[in-house]
Amino acid sequence: MIEARSLTKRYGAKTAVADLSFTVRPGVVTGFLGPNGAGKSTTMRMILGLDRPTSGTVTVNGADYAAHAAPLHEVGALLEAKAVHTGRSAFNHLLALAATTGIPRSRVDEVIDLVGLRDVARKRAGGFSLGMGQRLGIASALLGDPETLILDEPVNGLDPEGILWIRNLLKQLASEGRTVFVSSHLMSEMALTAEHLIVIGQGRLIADTSVAEFVSRASSGSVKVRSPQAARLRELLAGPDVTVSSSAEGTLQVEGLSSDRIGTVAAENRITLFELAPKEASLEEAFMELTGDAVEYRAPDPAGDRENREDREDREVEVTA
Amino acid sequence: MTAVAEPTGASGATRRPRSGKVTQTRVLNSEWIKFRSLRSSYWSLLVGCTAMTALGLLFSFVITEKWDTMVPGRRATFGAIAVPLRGYYLCQLAVGVLGVMVVTGEYSTGMIRASLSAVPKRLPVLWAKATVFAAAVWLTTTATAFVCFFGGQAFFSTKHIEATLTTPGAVRIIFGTGLYLTVVGLLGVGLGTIIRTTAGAIAALFATLLVLPVLGEVLNFTSWGDKVNPYLPSNAGQALLVEHTEASGQMRPWPGFVLFVAYAVATMAVAAYLLKKRDA
Repeated sequence: MIEARSLTKRYGAKTAVADLSFTVRPGVVTGFLGPNGAGKSTTMRMILGLDRPTSGTVTVNGADYAAHAAPLHEVGALLEAKAVHTGRSAFNHLLALAATTGIPRSRVDEVIDLVGLRDVARKRAGGFSLGMGQRLGIASALLGDPETLILDEPVNGLDPEGILWIRNLLKQLASEGRTVFVSSHLMSEMALTAEHLIVIGQGRLIADTSVAEFVSRASSGSVKVRSPQAARLRELLAGPDVTVSSSAEGTLQVEGLSSDRIGTVAAENRITLFELAPKEASLEEAFMELTGDAVEYRAPDPAGDRENREDREDREVEVTA
Repeated sequence: MTAVAEPTGASGATRRPRSGKVTQTRVLNSEWIKFRSLRSSYWSLLVGCTAMTALGLLFSFVITEKWDTMVPGRRATFGAIAVPLRGYYLCQLAVGVLGVMVVTGEYSTGMIRASLSAVPKRLPVLWAKATVFAAAVWLTTTATAFVCFFGGQAFFSTKHIEATLTTPGAVRIIFGTGLYLTVVGLLGVGLGTIIRTTAGAIAALFATLLVLPVLGEVLNFTSWGDKVNPYLPSNAGQALLVEHTEASGQMRPWPGFVLFVAYAVATMAVAAYLLKKRDA
């Protein structure tokens, strides 16, 4: 269980995380989603007591992270791939971490086997690929067999097999009743792994919802209707919360009514339909729509007008300040 | 009776009762594993101690060779104890760099986040690093000091100018060499924690140890020289290694060394405060 209350972090004039409150519950994988620079890593560092919040609090399993007598048994964390001394072997890295809470050597061997690093465990971590670094990070997170796991972008650098492996591992860990909190900037990955979503943008909470709800909200867009009697249908559909627009002869875009309702209305009035298609926004589109205003680093739009360009310049000044 | 297998979870662990608290002893063990599992630890100490021995023996050899033709003024300043140990001056470079790297190596690689999330109270990490490092440096450099001392006397004995362990000052200077080098290294650990980048911390350390005394020489042209120079960190610390203490113009050996230790303690206090307070 992770509970953040009005968590705020400012670096000088720049606010990385603003008044963020959320609860991560045990038993399900919770995705922590946001564009690059949204404040995900900062939030995770605050959960682990590495960064001190400017204001607000965050607790893990009911207490400040630093207040736990045996933190590795409470929380396992992968903060960045290769947070490892490049000159040290994977085995010695894990052994040194394990020693802080008296975790036995046999457990170090266990996690090395679990993440599939047996063959390279005695090699210097500096020569590891990004994917191997991720596996080593996951090994250190699992070392203390913790109740809560915090993983920052764990699939980065993994090959498809590795991604599948971590997806199943996370689900399995959650099904054992653990709290699993995973950040990503890839909506599609989260849709496959997570059950619950916490979405942030520019350090603010945008959504705290189940994945299913997020998907349905994303799809509750418009319905495309094509009919030879479009004008007649348009009159019949008109209502207080309904907007109907037409982009081409015989085609309607209806917002505010389900495709079921439109089909029924058409049938009752003996109107022929050629097409009745709810427009499914993809998850990525829904995510981008949600966070669109909250993206911090944006590639310059080649068609951008002068006003936009000035806006961007302001943004850059903020970032470097 | 059938044995019931413990269920094994996704983390690969048999769920066992957890009693593993973080203690200073365990953190000490962890830091010892870290120290001994890096090649740079061995290389730095090996290079430092080899250079110290080579330089000390070279000085001893040259002086022995030139002894018969040496003018009396030169002979009067000769110290059979201090000369073979002069190589400490080189060794302090290696030890200082290693002291800095013990900390900054973790910052440059990101390891520090793993270390501090394993030990969120943070200060046990600093104390453990300092202790493990100090013990390793003290043991190796004190042993090297003995090797240098006896090696030098082997040359000097051919001219009957050798010292023994019972010569006044011999034990002080031999052990003093190991102590001085250990404190130099601890200054490095402290500055590494404060500055957090290897280059910056090494620059600060050697500016303090090597550059300050040279700048201080300017003061010798004013009345300020005697009031400032003896109390500069390295001058104070090296007072412990002076053989002819009467005319040295430095502090008395042990008060000088105590002042040097005080500088290191103050540095470590600032380091501890900043480590606790800053974001990792």
